[in-house]
Amino acid sequence: MTRDDAARPGLGHLLEGFRRMVPLSLFVIVFGLAFGVAALQQGLSGLETLLMSGLVFAGAAQFATLELWGETIPLVPLVAITLAINARHLLMGAAFYPHLRELPTGRRYASLILLSDANWAMAMNGGTTAARLGILIGGGLALWTTWMIGTGLGVAFGSGIGEPERFGLDAIMGCFLLAMLVGDKRDLWVLLPWGAAAIAALAAMVWLPPNAHVIVGALAGGLVGLMLPSTRNEASP
Amino acid sequence: MTLTATNGGVLLAILIMALTTYLTRAGGVFVMARVPIGPRVERFINAMAGSVLVAVITPMAVHGDGGARMALIATAAVMLALRKPLPAITAGILTAALWRLVAS
Repeated sequence: MTRDDAARPGLGHLLEGFRRMVPLSLFVIVFGLAFGVAALQQGLSGLETLLMSGLVFAGAAQFATLELWGETIPLVPLVAITLAINARHLLMGAAFYPHLRELPTGRRYASLILLSDANWAMAMNGGTTAARLGILIGGGLALWTTWMIGTGLGVAFGSGIGEPERFGLDAIMGCFLLAMLVGDKRDLWVLLPWGAAAIAALAAMVWLPPNAHVIVGALAGGLVGLMLPSTRNEASP
Repeated sequence: MTLTATNGGVLLAILIMALTTYLTRAGGVFVMARVPIGPRVERFINAMAGSVLVAVITPMAVHGDGGARMALIATAAVMLALRKPLPAITAGILTAALWRLVAS
């Protein structure tokens, strides 16, 4: 396994990223299975369900828009809900941009095709630029593959685990993202923006339309970070 | 604007949903490639990166059941102690499962 500082990830980096994401990906099968079953019950065909999982690859948005798929499909709510839930990708991509800066344009935008919460969070957690890209792309492939396997199983067998919460499965994604968040942070100053993000997200859940809380919380945290004294890590402005 | 759920209609709706999602994945990078990144932008982005996860996790902790809350606490504790994600996540899942087994 070579680890160099080159911006271009090699096959080794992709394989390493894939390997590191395998443990979580196995659990993604369960969520894919649940989606497959739910989509069939909504009247989508097996092929349509697989196409949606494969091309959209955004579980939360796929679940949230499921009820729109009927005799007719209203496009405005479909796009609006998809945008609202996936708008967090905009901020995640922006935060990851420094590691994409050196790539040619085509590769840069191709690298983002499989960006999702888990591989982004792991890629933000540290390593060389090539290793991070390996996690974003290779880890994304691991998540996509198991998401498709899960969807396929749900479509094929039409029944899933009845009570995933019974086994603590619903807590997996939260625990994974929290572990990535705590990951390599040693600077207590981050607690200020994070606290602001938590409060803003909760306030948004109470007073703002559904799904706005992630964006509102993230922007609030960013603004507080802007106001902190710049004595740490970077030169003064 | 509605599409009829003939085969073509469903396929078109799926493509529209996929394109919308990809635009959110690429949009942040598209904008960042066009703004000058000074120390202030960098500070904003750095604080925002963790805040995205905080904003995703907080509702799980606040609106989740006791099992979900204990799972998050166990994950954070093991992560702070060992700095290894796999044991931390395992601890979280086991805690949730055990809590629910005992509590119900």
